[in-house]
Amino acid sequence: MLQYAAIILFMIGLYGLLTQRHIIKIIIALNILEIGLNIFIITVGYYEGGIAPIFTSVNATNNLAFVDPLPQALVLTAIVIGVGTTALGLALARKIYAEYGTLNLDEMGEN
Amino acid sequence: MKQFLAFIFVIVVGGMIILSLHNNTLFTEFGNNNPSDHYSDSYIDRDVTENNDDVIFGESENLESGPANIVTAIVADYRSFDTLGEITVLFISSLGVALLLGGKKKERMDLHYTPNFMLRIGSRALFGIILMTGVFMAVHGHLTPGGGFPGGTMIASSLLLLYLANDTFRTKVKRFKLLESFAGMAYVAIGLAGLLIGGYFLENFLPTGTIGTVFSAGIIPIIYVLIGLKVGSEITGIIDNFLTEEAL
Repeated sequence: MLQYAAIILFMIGLYGLLTQRHIIKIIIALNILEIGLNIFIITVGYYEGGIAPIFTSVNATNNLAFVDPLPQALVLTAIVIGVGTTALGLALARKIYAEYGTLNLDEMGEN
Repeated sequence: MKQFLAFIFVIVVGGMIILSLHNNTLFTEFGNNNPSDHYSDSYIDRDVTENNDDVIFGESENLESGPANIVTAIVADYRSFDTLGEITVLFISSLGVALLLGGKKKERMDLHYTPNFMLRIGSRALFGIILMTGVFMAVHGHLTPGGGFPGGTMIASSLLLLYLANDTFRTKVKRFKLLESFAGMAYVAIGLAGLLIGGYFLENFLPTGTIGTVFSAGIIPIIYVLIGLKVGSEITGIIDNFLTEEAL
């Protein structure tokens, strides 16, 4: 079921990207979309009753004791790249605000 | 009208995704995933042992890569070249922020309030605790959940706390750039050492030790500490760029 929740988050982010005209809101929508995709990838690796893929006091006698570690490792990469794009987008937004005095895409052409 | 069209489009796209996943034999239902069907099985197998013995925390020795955390084994050992590219992405984004926002003479942005005595002293006391937690996470990345990326972000968040709680605080940006360059170069140097000793770039050439101890897993803890330093200094640089402005 969590898969569908992740897809709904993705849809919310996509809707925000399509309708919003304010740059900060666009960046927030992009982040919601990314989080939806990340949760979706993690749910792919989930196994009913599986624990986190860490050898602690629990002895993993069979492979099914752990959830799939590979999607988690890939999502770790995706999160970092999301942070990088968000930082760059916010820096661009600050430059745009200094130039135009507004962050709304509709108001920029009027000045 | 535009909102309505966007709504219809989003519903159509989301419905197509959900319908294509629903009752699809190629795609497992949530909770029914079998890791043995995937490549991760071979990752777990390789990380556990080469001859399918049980791995006992604190007792098993000389495993192939050695860390207790399999995600760390994948990120910092089997796919370490990937991680090198990942920190390059972060470096390029911090470089882009510096190019966009940097100027010659930069001054601290005003906070519009004066921090009182309690806030300044309290934030300094908390700063050390948060910094220590970040360093702990980076050092113990091969044993517990966490690692270089969250640890580095915690280090940066402790400096953000000082930025927000003290209206005159500024980091020495040039020293952070030095630390960042040093960490990145040390990562590549370890990779080249692996190439020299083991024959592959980023080969794990140190002894892996007993699983579950701090001094285990070969080069993985070293790489994760370097990643923690690099990520922490990069994100601190980004924060500094955002909270300063060119002097007019």
